[in-house]
Amino acid sequence: MTKLTDLTVAGALDGLAKGSFSAKELTQAHLDAMVAARHLNAYITETPEKALRMAEASDQRRRAGKAGAMEGIPLAIKDLFCTEGVLTTAGSHILHGFKPTYESTVTTNLWKAGAVMLGKANLDEFAMGSSNMTSYHGHVANPWKRKGDNAVLVPGGSSGGSAASVAARIAMAATGTDTGGSIRQPAAFCGIVGIKPTYGRCSRWGIVAFASSLDQAGPMTRSVEDAAIMLGAMAGHDPKDSTSVDIPVPDFRAGLTDDIRGMKIGIPKEYRVDGMSPEIEKLWARGAEWLKSAGAIPVEISLPHTKYALPTYYIIAPAEASSNLARYDGVRFGLRVPADTLDEMYELTRAAGFGAEVKRRILIGTYVLSAGYYDAYYLRAQRLRSLIARDFTEAFKQVDVILTPATPTAAFAEGENSDDPVAMYLNDVFTVTVNLAGLPGISVPAALSAEGLPLGLQLIGKAFDEATLLRAGQVLEKAANFTARPS
Amino acid sequence: MSLDRKTVAHIATLARIKLKEEELDAYAKELDGILHWVEQLNAVDVSGVEPMSGVGRFALPKRKDEVTDGNCRDRILANAPEPAAGFFSVPKVVE
Repeated sequence: MTKLTDLTVAGALDGLAKGSFSAKELTQAHLDAMVAARHLNAYITETPEKALRMAEASDQRRRAGKAGAMEGIPLAIKDLFCTEGVLTTAGSHILHGFKPTYESTVTTNLWKAGAVMLGKANLDEFAMGSSNMTSYHGHVANPWKRKGDNAVLVPGGSSGGSAASVAARIAMAATGTDTGGSIRQPAAFCGIVGIKPTYGRCSRWGIVAFASSLDQAGPMTRSVEDAAIMLGAMAGHDPKDSTSVDIPVPDFRAGLTDDIRGMKIGIPKEYRVDGMSPEIEKLWARGAEWLKSAGAIPVEISLPHTKYALPTYYIIAPAEASSNLARYDGVRFGLRVPADTLDEMYELTRAAGFGAEVKRRILIGTYVLSAGYYDAYYLRAQRLRSLIARDFTEAFKQVDVILTPATPTAAFAEGENSDDPVAMYLNDVFTVTVNLAGLPGISVPAALSAEGLPLGLQLIGKAFDEATLLRAGQVLEKAANFTARPS
Repeated sequence: MSLDRKTVAHIATLARIKLKEEELDAYAKELDGILHWVEQLNAVDVSGVEPMSGVGRFALPKRKDEVTDGNCRDRILANAPEPAAGFFSVPKVVE
């Protein structure tokens, strides 16, 4: 019999429905695995008692014939989602001891659907990073290693703990958030599926804000079908987030028909970037062949402003972050460093509470918004953002989805890429465009590198057309037949 | 343009983050590197292009102007580092 921790969400729902095992047994198996894999540092806070209580309640609901769409499924929750009464850190020291008195809308939706919380997953501080090395609560180790090499690799970021926990089978699935690639890049590095939905598909209420016009929550899973199930449970209109859109959430799982005949797949020529590994370039071509074999039609397209997306992002995201993070002042929650004057208390608290990358971004954001520089940097970046979004609008007149690599390289080792902030930012080269345009994107594991590490492909969809994106994603997944797992 | 220590110190004051003297040079170098990198945006002609501040596919809905919350002082203060007599407390600001 398959180990309970090896099941997919779909497989576990099936087993629970048949009574092959209980939610409590399923949760206990994950809690045991979680303890055995503590060396990964994937969780900041483990919540075993809460998990078992939730699992017991789930079993009761199932017996009463009231099973939800995620009934009994044990999840890791990125520690950026506020969870009532449970420590919520955002990976930062400045939220020291913070236990929200409310629950985020997305997690509320998941609990209503019957899911169980195993704990809070590690992340880059305030979701700022591509390696999970900026967390105040320590680095997360990628469960994957290069062949014949014991070096610890990063899981990617910022949803690094979420990705590592799903890959290592210490969570059946996890929530992530994605501001510039923070779901898709770690999913690719850890060999799992991650989808960033359209901006407005999931409520941002109760998620610690990084860059409000870019942030979006999404599922991280071991199959496209699982992503479809979980996204359906997370999504929906929420009056508490005015940017969450009031349109129906389709049955994403029912839309997985395998039929992509006649679907037009855009291949953007500008995504052939310097420094991309030849393996990834080859995989990208193979991905187009797979979709073509299933009846889709690859079409070369142009997204001419692609090369400006990263610098545009690294003005807009820090600008919004500097504004959002002004709330950490030592007065209302979290850390406080005592001082004689109010200003000094602010300055000392923020100096002690924020890590280096967060400070760097607040300073850049403050600079580009400051008098005399606003027009030259921030306003110009907003105009570039219009051009980047317009590129996609034009492209989607010709094609249904766009195929790109998920990342320019496979997972790197700790210490590589970290000396130069700009080198680290290049990780997001294929993913940030999607956030700037507010579109959905999915990363699907597609192959192993020569070094034995997972590589992902990304599909980008039209706004609110996650159904097509998931359908094409599942065709890719089946063709790639990615069955490898970390040892 | 290049960023000097004095400018970094000014930004840090605006952002209310205390930086040590020895940190100023390191941040000046890093921030300067980032700013030089983003200056490639100057190569694009953006005249006549509207700035995009959000995705904004739909008009933001308005709700009724009514009280939806309240009477939860203790919950609001629950995470305050130094609450006092039902209030947030700060160092003395008025002599």
